[in-house]
Amino acid sequence: MTAASGAAKPTVLLVDDHALFRAGVRAELGDHVTVIGEADETAAAVELITERLPDVVLLDVHLPGGGGQLVVETVRRSAVADGVRFLALSVSDAPEDVIGVIRAGARGYVTKTISGRELIDAVTRVAGGDAVFSPRLAGFVLDAFASLATNPASVSAAGISPSFDPELDQLTPREREVLRLIARGYSYKELAQELSISAKTVESHVSAVLRKLQLSTRYQLTRWAAERRLD
Amino acid sequence: MLGGVSGAVARRLGWDVTIVRVIFVMASLSGFPIAIYVLGWLLIPLEGEETNIASRGLGDRRGIVIVIAFIPLLVIALLVARAVGAGFIGNFAWPLLISAAGLVLIWRNGNAGDRTVLRRAAKPFVELFGPGGPSLLSIRLAFGILLLGGGLSALLVGHPSRTALRPIGGLVLVVAAIVVIFGPWWLRLGRDLVDERQARARAEERADMAARVHDSVLQTLALIQRQSDRPQDVVRLARAQERELRSWLFEGRPLGSSNEADLTFAAGVARIQQEVEEAHGVPVDAVVVGDCPLDDHLRALLAAGKEATVNAAKWSGAPAVSVFAEVEPEAVSVFVRDRGSGFDPDEVPADRKGLSESIRGRMGRLGGEVRVKSSPGEGTEVALTMPLVSGRRRPHSQDS
Repeated sequence: MTAASGAAKPTVLLVDDHALFRAGVRAELGDHVTVIGEADETAAAVELITERLPDVVLLDVHLPGGGGQLVVETVRRSAVADGVRFLALSVSDAPEDVIGVIRAGARGYVTKTISGRELIDAVTRVAGGDAVFSPRLAGFVLDAFASLATNPASVSAAGISPSFDPELDQLTPREREVLRLIARGYSYKELAQELSISAKTVESHVSAVLRKLQLSTRYQLTRWAAERRLD
Repeated sequence: MLGGVSGAVARRLGWDVTIVRVIFVMASLSGFPIAIYVLGWLLIPLEGEETNIASRGLGDRRGIVIVIAFIPLLVIALLVARAVGAGFIGNFAWPLLISAAGLVLIWRNGNAGDRTVLRRAAKPFVELFGPGGPSLLSIRLAFGILLLGGGLSALLVGHPSRTALRPIGGLVLVVAAIVVIFGPWWLRLGRDLVDERQARARAEERADMAARVHDSVLQTLALIQRQSDRPQDVVRLARAQERELRSWLFEGRPLGSSNEADLTFAAGVARIQQEVEEAHGVPVDAVVVGDCPLDDHLRALLAAGKEATVNAAKWSGAPAVSVFAEVEPEAVSVFVRDRGSGFDPDEVPADRKGLSESIRGRMGRLGGEVRVKSSPGEGTEVALTMPLVSGRRRPHSQDS
């Protein structure tokens, strides 16, 4: 079903409350993917996703009836849609929006100003099980994980939870390097070249960062995620 | 002074306003003229307005219901007054009723100016009894119980024979009956009024938002339509408006304001983004990690970063420029990257001042470092690093 089956085009479901924007994305995606449905609010999106089981859901963060975070949470709770992957899409740069939807389980986050070519690239990558970080998301992650790396003495001052887990709550130097290059506007290919590592290694670094982003209990991340939920 | 009634009367009679006011104030000691003033406020149309408040009030069914709800209250007040032997209060009852009813209708049907006047007049009372004032619920309860106790003991002490108290028992029953009959209705009326006020607040908020959006976004959209044949201007306008809207939505800054004062490093990078986009019509994607206050070293870094961004926007031909800035404990770095035409760094003519003087010279004088990576067809990246003198950094201000 997924991109693992080779040249098969990934199936995509569009969730956005602006019909104009959905039409624009549909046109940009062209025939690189198969769009199998559209939804314009939270409950309808959940229903359509669990019914049609697309490879990738292109999901607007701000939706009537709850929002993108709620869609991801609801779909992931029902076990039927395990193979469905989410790519969040939004005009908002606010960290609580970004972090909230990623921690709910989205595989990546891009802003709506992304070019058509980059969007296709991102959808394909998410369909293949990889993570997609925009420069801005990379910047957020560096910011959120920064305080400890810069000054180990400030662990408590930085508000890190007592259950600090170095495996989850800290980035490796290599991961920081990868994120920095993403934030500088490098594509994954350019990044692999720059660091003299394989594209596969880049993917595994980015996936590791995504995992930390979703599971870490760092104060900044939980706070950002909570702010979104309170809305 | 309040509703402008004195002014209207004075104009009609040809007297001086002050005289009319003095007469009103003197006469109002007896109670009735207050009601007359309120009636005047209701009936005399405002200068420049077609209708008076009363004719608008006739269409206000809820307002009339509230006025009717006052009548049982008045009956209770009169009964109590007569029972305690203060029959003279009955003289004030009708003017009071008319005044209160009139003020309700004015509040609901007057214009914004009338409401402001009433709100200002009611302020001392609202502050005394309203939430947030000195009188919390406990104080109010204590005061009420004190009054009740005082009243009852005064009654008992003043009436040696219990039989004389019998009319009071009857009175209590009558009042209780009225409250039982009208109480639920009053409660519902009160709830409806609260709902209505919330709806009005929402409507006002919406109108305020619409005004802001009109002043900024719609104006910009109109400009964009007029310049649709010049794509660079369209991009410039759209990005400038986007930035402004974002700072209003997500950072709570007023629309149409720029933040000149008290720049930090991150704000400085945002300023570069804004200025380059406005001057050259090329989108600049800026990502900043951490923040710290500015000093001369960092101002030089920002100036060099701006020069590099301008170069990329002007010469590379790339559709967008990426700027990444990071504040670290020992150094602050800025990376400016484009995917444009690129150049061979060894073949830059010596007279190209931009790179040599504005960037290398500026950075070199303060101990900074510049690395340029470019090749024809691949784009360019300028990496600028400025060491930080320890003790004055404040990275990652997002913590606060």
